[in-house]
Amino acid sequence: MTDPSHPSILEARGITKSFGGFCVVNDVSLSLSASEILGVIGPNGAGKSTLFNLLAGALPIDSGSIRLAGTDLTRARPEARIQLGLGRTFQIPRPFPRMTVLENVMTAAQNQRGESLFSALATASLVARQERANAVRARDILDFVSLSHLEDQPAAVLSGGQRKLLELARVLMAEPRVILLDEPAAGVNPALLDLIIDRIVAINKLGIAVLLIEHNMEMIGRLCPRVMVMAAGKVLAEGTPAEVTKRADVIDVYLEGMPA
Amino acid sequence: MELLAYAAFFLTIALTYAVICLGLNVQWGQTGLFNVGIAGFVGLGAYVSAALTTPDAAERIGGFDLHIALGWLAAMAAGAALALAVGLLTLRMRSDYLAITTFGIAVALQLVFQNTESLTGGAFGMAFIPRPFSGLQSEPFAFNVLNLALTALVVLVLYVLLEHLLRSPWGRALRAVREDEVAAQALGKNPVLLRIQAFALGGAIMALAGAVQAHFIGFIAPANYLPMMTFQVWAMLIVGGSGNNRGAILGAVLVWAIWALSGALISEIFPADQQARAASLQIVIIGVMLCAILLWRPQGILPEVRSVSRHLGHRNKDT
Repeated sequence: MTDPSHPSILEARGITKSFGGFCVVNDVSLSLSASEILGVIGPNGAGKSTLFNLLAGALPIDSGSIRLAGTDLTRARPEARIQLGLGRTFQIPRPFPRMTVLENVMTAAQNQRGESLFSALATASLVARQERANAVRARDILDFVSLSHLEDQPAAVLSGGQRKLLELARVLMAEPRVILLDEPAAGVNPALLDLIIDRIVAINKLGIAVLLIEHNMEMIGRLCPRVMVMAAGKVLAEGTPAEVTKRADVIDVYLEGMPA
Repeated sequence: MELLAYAAFFLTIALTYAVICLGLNVQWGQTGLFNVGIAGFVGLGAYVSAALTTPDAAERIGGFDLHIALGWLAAMAAGAALALAVGLLTLRMRSDYLAITTFGIAVALQLVFQNTESLTGGAFGMAFIPRPFSGLQSEPFAFNVLNLALTALVVLVLYVLLEHLLRSPWGRALRAVREDEVAAQALGKNPVLLRIQAFALGGAIMALAGAVQAHFIGFIAPANYLPMMTFQVWAMLIVGGSGNNRGAILGAVLVWAIWALSGALISEIFPADQQARAASLQIVIIGVMLCAILLWRPQGILPEVRSVSRHLGHRNKDT
């Protein structure tokens, strides 16, 4: 559990989800402090991505509760969760392919005045001011993830690694307090991997908590002071990467056969 | 002079199709909503406006003799209400379900137009629909040109309004929903609300087009609102360029020109007893044109313009 001097920002208790009779996530609890990067590891099918979908609201939970900075989000819709500061990326990136990179990022801004049909028509000057401010911020974020040179390109032209960076840029644009990162390193070349690790550290330094699903143990070791191991829908172990990787049960279900 | 009067007549009709096409562009081009019941929305607008503006008639209900402008407004409200009802009933409104629902509703509405004689005049339709500038009917040129100007004004106003919306954050959110609904929702957009708004706006525009057309011609009948009309409008948008408002207008004029010219040609070439059958060739021509565009230029003549925001100056580029 988290250090009492760092109150938790994201608190999930007893989260359970079954599909048919099959329990995919079974009584999982976690607590994330505002300055933390918590890794979630485990074999394929352990329920990690389902846990993310439950936290982000893409799937309804059967039982349990989710609180973000004290606000109950258990039944909130996905769009409400991001508005309150709980953002997520997707394991397989989901860019808006026919929209430009900049447009992709600008879409993610919250509380956009011009997004209501009435305001888009009636309050043009206020909308314009907000749009210009959002464009400045979106370009800063694109700079931060090294995608500035592609801002006018449709997102469809981006490579796999660049799509991961675009996912990151979009979720940052929403100004979240917690980001759920689903395998940001999967299928990314080593040069881009260093950039992604570096950017996650920088994001965390801004005071954004990160919950990170990852199979890349090097990345976990470099980023996460604390990891949670999931297997068969349950939390199998929790501790520092060094601690959990020594445990026989973790080695048994997950690490066996993996390169050291 | 007679030719010019005909040209004005032709263009006016083409522009009423351009209005329908602009409505479809909001729904499909912007939001990816697959409406296969366009004729139903257009017909509803025509009948609502006709019922409100025609003089009192003994054989049917309605005939309130109201001003044409009121008829137009009521048509828009009816179109929006129908779209809202369809939207709320099929709340998820994913492509195929929405397509089946809209097709069914359009067919049902057409049968209502045809069979509720006391309200719509049945198969014979409704006549004596007031026409704008009707005092000038004895001078076809002036009458047609003024009607053309009025219809062009409607297209222009809609174009400016829709371009404004397309480049607003609202338009951007619609495109995001069109591109990837799950991602849009994860970024805080409400897909159901956005889809219903776009569907209602498009429905109102289509119904307005129906009213404008009805008042220009002065007569409507249920046979005007068969699924063939839906097919024509789809061809217009695909040919002109889905997602592009100028493309929607261009496609409407172009496809209508081909439709009208091929009709005239058929009536020249074929003997009178063959003409009813030969008329099917018009549909064949439109179908072939649609195939050709989809094969060689699937984005349409004027493709969607990529734009971030109208508030950020001219950084727009063609796709």
